[in-house]
Amino acid sequence: MAGRTFAEKILARASGVPSVRAGEVVEARPDLVFSHENTFLVNKSFSELGVGKLWDPDKIVIILDHRTPANNAQTAAVHSKIREIVKTYGIKRFYDSGEGICHQLIVEDRLASPGQLILGADSHTLTAGAIGAFATGIGATEMAGIWATGSIWLKVPETVQITLTGHLGKESYAKDVALHLLKKYGPSGADYKSVEFTGSALLELSISSRMVLCNMATEMGAKTAIVPADATTSSWFQETDLPTGDSVKSDHDAKIADKFQVVLDDVPPLVSGPHKIEDVRSVEEASGIHIDQAFVGTCTNGRLEDLMAVSRVLKGRKVAPGRRLIVAPASRRIMIDAIEMGAIRNIVASGGTVLPPGCGPCLGAHEGVLGPGEVCISSSNRNFRGRMGSQDSEIYLASPATVAASAVKGCIADPREMLSNDL
Amino acid sequence: MTSNARVWLFGDDVNTDMIIPGRYLDNYDPDHLASHAMEGVDPEFASKVSRGDVIVAGVNFGCGSSREQAVIALKHAGVQAVIAVSFARIFYRNSVNLGLPSIVSSDASRVFHSGDSVRLDLLSNSMESEDGSRKAALEPVPEYLAKILESGGLIPYLRSRLKS
Repeated sequence: MAGRTFAEKILARASGVPSVRAGEVVEARPDLVFSHENTFLVNKSFSELGVGKLWDPDKIVIILDHRTPANNAQTAAVHSKIREIVKTYGIKRFYDSGEGICHQLIVEDRLASPGQLILGADSHTLTAGAIGAFATGIGATEMAGIWATGSIWLKVPETVQITLTGHLGKESYAKDVALHLLKKYGPSGADYKSVEFTGSALLELSISSRMVLCNMATEMGAKTAIVPADATTSSWFQETDLPTGDSVKSDHDAKIADKFQVVLDDVPPLVSGPHKIEDVRSVEEASGIHIDQAFVGTCTNGRLEDLMAVSRVLKGRKVAPGRRLIVAPASRRIMIDAIEMGAIRNIVASGGTVLPPGCGPCLGAHEGVLGPGEVCISSSNRNFRGRMGSQDSEIYLASPATVAASAVKGCIADPREMLSNDL
Repeated sequence: MTSNARVWLFGDDVNTDMIIPGRYLDNYDPDHLASHAMEGVDPEFASKVSRGDVIVAGVNFGCGSSREQAVIALKHAGVQAVIAVSFARIFYRNSVNLGLPSIVSSDASRVFHSGDSVRLDLLSNSMESEDGSRKAALEPVPEYLAKILESGGLIPYLRSRLKS
């Protein structure tokens, strides 16, 4: 009999049965759940249930990040209502406006841990898979169901294994690997699947880089994406007794539906878009395309290593005339670290604008909305038409280094060329 | 139960920013959301859609964000069902949870065109043109989810379960 996949093990434990197989529907009890501004909708549905009491306020986390600080009076009222909700229900883990992005805080504050079942009312919940949790996105109404009952139906996913070998080349990053995978396998390439990253290259990828990979697996349709906990995970948690054994890993003879391979040496800096994530080409092919705005931030690429990459590219350079560079750290902690390490100074001195921690302009709500005919290169995860503003604007996706190089040149530019001039 | 419906045909990878652009999400009023339904792909949809119309689409319908407002917008605009080759998983979950049938059909998007009048029978999983000349097979909704849909969504389903 074949062994069990990570997904099968975690969902069996969470649903209190000895074993489950891919394809089965289970009623699982999550270890941790979270929602953002859509807590407003969660609460609306929860109120309709007439239960009154939360299943377990200690397992619920609320983070305000999508429109922070409030972009208008309506949002301000939603934020106020959510502050009232957390008080009424005794939810202690509440992150108010300005603390950062939900997916960042869940990992950064060590709320997520290996082998947990984490459900977030946001599509990029997969990000927490970077530390070995089974994390997936759900809707607001079913979050209300969890608030009331502590359980939810989930289909046990099949597993796709992505093996990463080799070494990243100059100015290639985890983001480029993710775009490479999207180009190769498309926006449905991992539909409904549990993606497991494996291979020798993981040794060279930080928790931040692993978060990029798991986060972007969302765009391939994945249900969850994990990097099994290893020595990097343990040292990040500063614990030696973290579960890193068989209980949080697929068995070697588990059933794997698909196997993908990437040799990292073959991944150059890449650019995706506009409008379609899978429309990916090398930065050389895209170079010279005019941009109006460059944005670095989001749950995908707003971490310290991203801000440091931007700072390195910008040092001694200026944002091109008539262009805007906008940088939003993914959390307050990251912002403090980036201040202490001089990155924020370099960004601001080069002509960039630094936003408070949060989702920033990624979803077109505020803080850098695009006008008709404008082009943005962004370190975010989606370049759908109209996402950041006008239906007639365009979004390209790339790594923070490529975004920064493009801000300096005023058009899409190769960070390798820019840095090769540095002695 | 058979109903007559008018078809709105869309392509592959219809994402949630097409269904309801992010800039409208700060107002949770269903009528406001419905007035911008599908604006990102067809700005005239919201003003022309009639109660009972169906959306027919290709692969990966509803990809992108987890925003439940995508389903709220379609439902309140009058859409009675979405029939697609495949669905993005959170959209699919949200549609079941809010009582909007999302039905898989490998051929509906090839067989039907925008403006077609069709007879839709969600109990016998059939869809055919008014004159009966064109048909598409609909995949049955999994039993567990059919119960939620029959209750009108997750909240009424849970309400009756919590009572008993």
